[in-house]
Formats: sequence, structure tokens, C-alpha cells
Amino acid sequence: MIAEWLGKVGNFMLTLLIVTAYGLFMTAFIERIIAKVQGRIGIPYWQPVINILKNFFKRTAVSHGVMFYLGPVFRIAGGIGTLAFVPVIYGSESFSNFSTAGDLFLVIYFMFFGQLGMALGAGESGHPYSAIGIARGLSQMTAYEVPFALAVISIVIQYDTLSITEIVAAQQGGWQNWTVFTNWVATLAAMLAFLGMTGYSPFDIFLAPQEIPIGPPTEFHSAYLSFMSLNRALFGATKLVLFMNLFFGGATNLIELMIKTWLIYMVAIVIGVAFPRFRVDQAIRFFFKIPTLIGIISIVYAQMLLTS
Amino acid sequence: MIKSLSTEDTLENAGLSAEEQQLFCNARPKAYEPYPIKAVEDFANWARANSLWILAFGTGCGAIELRPLMTARFDANRFGVAGRPTPRQSSVFVIGGYASVKTLKRIIRSYEQMQGPKFVIALGICPVNGGMYFDSYNTVNQFDQYLPVDLYITGCMPRPEVLVAGIMELQKKIKEGRCDGANRYIENFDWYKANQKKVIKNWDMPDYNW
Repeated sequence: MIAEWLGKVGNFMLTLLIVTAYGLFMTAFIERIIAKVQGRIGIPYWQPVINILKNFFKRTAVSHGVMFYLGPVFRIAGGIGTLAFVPVIYGSESFSNFSTAGDLFLVIYFMFFGQLGMALGAGESGHPYSAIGIARGLSQMTAYEVPFALAVISIVIQYDTLSITEIVAAQQGGWQNWTVFTNWVATLAAMLAFLGMTGYSPFDIFLAPQEIPIGPPTEFHSAYLSFMSLNRALFGATKLVLFMNLFFGGATNLIELMIKTWLIYMVAIVIGVAFPRFRVDQAIRFFFKIPTLIGIISIVYAQMLLTS
Repeated sequence: MIKSLSTEDTLENAGLSAEEQQLFCNARPKAYEPYPIKAVEDFANWARANSLWILAFGTGCGAIELRPLMTARFDANRFGVAGRPTPRQSSVFVIGGYASVKTLKRIIRSYEQMQGPKFVIALGICPVNGGMYFDSYNTVNQFDQYLPVDLYITGCMPRPEVLVAGIMELQKKIKEGRCDGANRYIENFDWYKANQKKVIKNWDMPDYNW
């Protein structure tokens, strides 16, 4: 029993390492693509790793209180917690993590948890720009969570399960079984929410790199920042894996995982380089209008699928 | 948060009112030691040299030369250079030309909020000897009297190519472990503070901006 659990934890550690490395690599890869679009060479592939090391090796760090310490810790706990309950590769014993019945609920909770912890930590820093960033970030998050939650409810009705592994299992046996083809309405709503989640343009107002210096993490520096950028890579990759599992049929091997997550990420990138930024009120109005409506329709659609 | 320290470890903060003194930390900054194992320090220096985040604070006319660095023509991203809007996260401060007394106060505030190791590049001839503002009533002539400078790039104005060359020179110096400006500032703290207070008449900030 103990040996089995130790094996599971060891496997999870390995998955964590692979997913984080993949997230870091993909960040640099996307940066390079954007640079090529702008006629530049762009950062080296290992630049995100160097940045994290550099911040970790900083000699000084000031604190603003206990919650300031805990902010990045909560953030990375949210990232690791999300990954812990998402099966990364379907059918693989070592990459299924701690996926059990009802893990979809846990995952959605963990996704929220990291953001709230971060908000508390950044709030204690006392910097006005942090407060503005948090206010914008949390309101945008509230807005995009609505279509995402509706889409998730829709596929839960469709597959009649709360287990991600079972949702992936139901999509096996050919591309025509993927949620994107069987329940395209829910996928559309979730992908619109995904644009808000990734924080690329047009929904990058809460980071606002130019006007409010980089939003909530304004005061975070040194090792705090290296934790947060580590989490950014990990959480970003985990979200992609989750979306791939829920809507694009999951992956049965590592190559399939990379191709699918990369393509899902490119949706946000292509829209990001093509569209200007929304103001926060415009972003919230957008999410509460069309994506929410699509989300509601997707529930009706899933019910119709079941009864027909 | 104010920690109780012995008197030689605290700063006076005489420029602040009694009420404001309660709001600011009055601890004296401490010089840091390199890592005891040389290989670790070398590795850390390599990481520092290849990830230079420049504080986006244009302090003079030379700040205009910083902007083209990010464009397709010069693309400083290749060398790990990036702009950072907050002093907490940046490691390089480019003094873009002349520093007026009014700006010097803000430069000191921003510099002290940066986390070490931090590097200062003095761009143009003005921070060296005053340049064309040598007899100006409100411009400091020798910038290294007020903050430690790690690298000078002279000219009026230096073109972005020179700035890129300067950044690569700075990287070389960091890798060799010769950029200890932040430590020099702490070791000669009283001398620097006296110089700063000589020119800044309305000193209404803490002695060290933590």
C-alpha cells in the first residue's frame, strides 16, 4: 500500500517536472514566434529558465508581511493542485496522477484557489498598482468563469460523470468522438473563456505591462517572483492539458499531447496578436453577453443530445 | 514593518516627521557576501548576466536611445535584455544622460528599491563630467558621487549600437564578478548619503528606501 502510494507520488513528481519544463519551453517558443512576426530573432529557448534562476539567485528580498510570503506559495499550490488531479496522458499508469471520481470539481476549485491566494498576497504589498491589478484581474476572472463553468456543466450532463478520466475515455475511438465535434457549443463557450484565462490580448488588461506596471505582481521580486514565473509556466501548461482532456479527446502519448496543447495555445496567440486590448468593463460585458449565452445554449444542447 | 535594532544598525530618518517615521523601515542596509562555493557564484553570475532587466525609467534625453533596443533593428531580447516597469524586479538602471537634482531624488529612490545585485549604466557624457550642462545650476556633474556606476558609455548621444555594445561589456563584467556597485554603495553608505543630501535640499524621504 505504502509502496504503491510512494510510486504514485514519484510518478507525479516526474509529471510535474515534465509539465513545468514543457510550459517553460512553450513560453519561449511562443515568444520567438511573436518575435518572428515582428521581424526580430527573439529570446533564446532557455531564457525563461535563466530568468527564474536569476531571480532565485538575487541576494536581497524585502517582505511586506506574512501574507506576502504566502501569496506565491498559494499560487504555486494552486498550480500543483490543479495538475495533481488532471490525468496528463490517457491510459498511462505513470501519467494519470491522482485522478479519481469527481476530480473535475477539485480542479476548478484549485484553479480559483491560486488566484485568490495571489490576490491576498499582492494586496498586502500595499502598492496601489497591485490593488488595481487585482481588482481588474478578479473581476475579469469572475466574468470568464461563468461561460467556462456553463461549458463544464454542459459536458458533465453530456457524459454523465465528474471524472476527467471517464470524460477522456468517452472521447476515445476516433476524432468524431471528441467533445469539439459532439458538443461544439460547449467547446466554443469554453474556448472563449480560455482567451480570458491565458491573459493574452484582448484580455490582458489586468497585467497591463505598460500602464499599471505588470499588475498584481508589481511588488513581488527575487525568489517570490521566480516561484510565480515557475507557476505561470506550470499552470499555463496544466490548463492546456485540462482543455485538451475535456474538449479535444485527450492524448494517448507524449507527442500527441504536445501537438494538441500547442494548437490549443495557438488559438489564444493568433487572436492575441490580431486584436487590440479590451478595457476591463468591455471585457466583462463581453463575457457576460455572447460567451455566457453560448454557455447556456450548450447546456440545452447537451440535454437535447441526451434525449434525442 | 519596523524591527527594533541597535542604534548603530538604524538610520536616523531625520527628514521625516515623527508620524512618518513610524511608517518606514529604518534598518541600515547590509553588504552581502558571495556564495561560499565559487562554482555556485559563477553560475549565479552567468544567470544574472544573461537576464538583464532594465528599469523603464527615462532619466534624461538619453532615454530615447533605450526605446529602439526592443525594436526589430536592434532586438536586445536576444541577449536576455527586457524592460521592467517596476524597480523591485529590475536589475539594471540606465542613467540616460544628465541627471537634474529633481530627478536625482527619484533616481535614488528607485535605485534603493531595486534588489541586489543591481547594476548602473551611465549613458552619455553628462553623468561623467556634466557634459554640456557642466555649469548648470540644477544638474549634477559627476554622477558617481551620488550612486555607484558599473559601466560608462560616453558620447552625446551614444547610438543604440553603442548601448548594445555596452550591455555586452556589462555582461562580461558580471560574469567575471567585477560588478559590485551595490556593495560599494553599502560599504560607503555614509559618504554617498552625505553627497546626496548636499545637493538635495528638500530631503523628505527615509535615508534608505527599503
